Amino acid sequence: MSLAPSDSPAARTAIPVGPAPPIVEVDGLSKHFAVRGTRQSLYAVDGVSFTMERGECVGLVGESGCGKSTLVRLLTRLLDPTGGRIRFDGRDIGAVPARRFATAPERARIQMVFQDPADSLNPRFTAFDTIAEPVRRLARATDRPTLRRRVEDLAELVGLPRELLGRFPHQLSGGQQQRVGIARAIAVDPALLVLDEPTSALDVSVQAVILHLLADLRRRLEMTYLFVSHDLNLVRLLSDRVLVMYLGRIVESGPVDAVFDHPRHPYTRALVSAVPVLDPGARRPRIRLGGEPRSPIDPAPTVCRFYGRCPDGFERCEREMPELRPVGPDHLAACHLVGETTP
Amino acid sequence: MNVPLLDVEDLSVEFRTRDGVVRALERVSFTVGRGETVGIVGESGSGKSVTALAILGILHPAARVTAGRAVFGGLDLLTAGEDKLREYRGRELSMIFQNPRTALNPIRPVGRQIEDVLLRHANLARARVRERAIALLAEVQITDPARAYHAYPFELSGGMCQRVMIALAVACSPALLIADEPTTGLDVTTQAAILELIGDLARRSRMAMVLITHDLALVGERCDRIVVMHAGHVVETAPTAELFAAPRHPYTARLIASTPRPGVTLADLRPIPGAVPDLRGVLPPCRYRPRCDRAIAACEEPPLPRLAAGADHTVACRVPL
Repeated sequence: MSLAPSDSPAARTAIPVGPAPPIVEVDGLSKHFAVRGTRQSLYAVDGVSFTMERGECVGLVGESGCGKSTLVRLLTRLLDPTGGRIRFDGRDIGAVPARRFATAPERARIQMVFQDPADSLNPRFTAFDTIAEPVRRLARATDRPTLRRRVEDLAELVGLPRELLGRFPHQLSGGQQQRVGIARAIAVDPALLVLDEPTSALDVSVQAVILHLLADLRRRLEMTYLFVSHDLNLVRLLSDRVLVMYLGRIVESGPVDAVFDHPRHPYTRALVSAVPVLDPGARRPRIRLGGEPRSPIDPAPTVCRFYGRCPDGFERCEREMPELRPVGPDHLAACHLVGETTP
Repeated sequence: MNVPLLDVEDLSVEFRTRDGVVRALERVSFTVGRGETVGIVGESGSGKSVTALAILGILHPAARVTAGRAVFGGLDLLTAGEDKLREYRGRELSMIFQNPRTALNPIRPVGRQIEDVLLRHANLARARVRERAIALLAEVQITDPARAYHAYPFELSGGMCQRVMIALAVACSPALLIADEPTTGLDVTTQAAILELIGDLARRSRMAMVLITHDLALVGERCDRIVVMHAGHVVETAPTAELFAAPRHPYTARLIASTPRPGVTLADLRPIPGAVPDLRGVLPPCRYRPRCDRAIAACEEPPLPRLAAGADHTVACRVPL
């Protein structure tokens, strides 16, 4: 765990007493969307609480529709929460309306790298313009030579040859495009970088390069990462801790090795068992999930969200929603069937 | 496995584009035995999908098969007439495409799309067709198949659409199924369920399968034999366990070393230097040569060798590992 970036206000003013507070504290966060034409709501994120320590990489996994993207959009303050708090570096940013967040001081400190670089880069911007844009807008660097120097430094930082700065996205390879996307994200010295499937559009040969780059940048720039992916092998490679989401709720969280080697929640167990393993000796039997996922529309507050699909469900699961509780060091799971012991 | 079900030999395909001729495939050879599952892996641009499209005779009009054979049950698919191919496609040979949402007809209920295949190929009385379509939806484990019959693709999730595609593909119990990235973009749990479903169907009817994917772990788990492609060449073919235990082509070894897997840290993960070469213009006999750290002077001399590296194991390299 690292200290805050040296140029951040926190590092300049805070007197170090004990461990630094977490950079992100999310408490009881919810986002309910109204279902059009009805009075019902879709519970995309429902009562989610977690923290992220400075310099940590937290993985976020779960299947499509589990609320990963909504959670990311809440954290990056593109959406207003229905309930709960988001504290970022000690300030309650959840209370700032999304439309005003664009001018909030935290805007520059939370940045994002998107899934498909070909889709998330402006096709009419050169690499230079793309990287310069946030510097112009958020760091207010206006004079030409300073801007140029900053963009060139960033290009070097992400390993993008300087002569490619004049190119448009279609003139760059997938890996080069993603380097531009990363340079744009780190251009304004963010403290928190949200990586949304940053390598899923890339070939394995290039993926390894980008993963090394991301790990290296985190160390050098002392950033905190939220790494969203459905490739569990990747999450394990890059993250310190992992959050597992299922239908709007966190069902398990903990250090990556603990969660992936000894998953405690039945959903996590099924997820881990479904990951293809290259080494034939390391294969485990797959846990099949039966049934249909429960509807996220006005879900019963007293029924476990995984009930009905869970291979281990019993009558209590239908009566009482399990809360997250400790199952090991820093390891939490929300299931009636897990005790406080480690297997 | 004396006479393979599918025998592809020296298949070469070119694309004529405004920027010159793209040599997409060059002398691609591999076989698929009856009931066998063969994986084709490689990076994007390696020619995996073009190989599948060429076999089915559904290449883009700009493409041209310049050489080779693809013999399937005694018939060379590359020289067969369109009428003959039409009879084979859907009945003997079928394909699952990567994106089920774009491959399915968006304005026709999925049940009707399955009926279309049955009416064309299955010799089924019209009255029985609907019953059979619903039975197929049940077979691919769609809950409430009678209701799903009336659904349009947009009303179904990605995983459900892929199940419909599978129902379409296996409707006439083909002898060979080609699945091109059948689970890319699906969740891991759905991916595992879909692959298990295809595997079960294949086993039950002794259907052979070609599984095309960029995911090495996936083919490792599902295939009997693996064909590794790079830049339009087959660089190595081997039984699965042997390929992972002792890869002979430097590219295969690199591919394995760059794949994340449990027990491997980020520091162990090795990128592959360079990129898939531009397939226009003059290419060296070995297209991996510019990326290879084992290359010797002889690598510049044609032809690209194809060496036997064991029983059922070939490698296209002068300095194999």
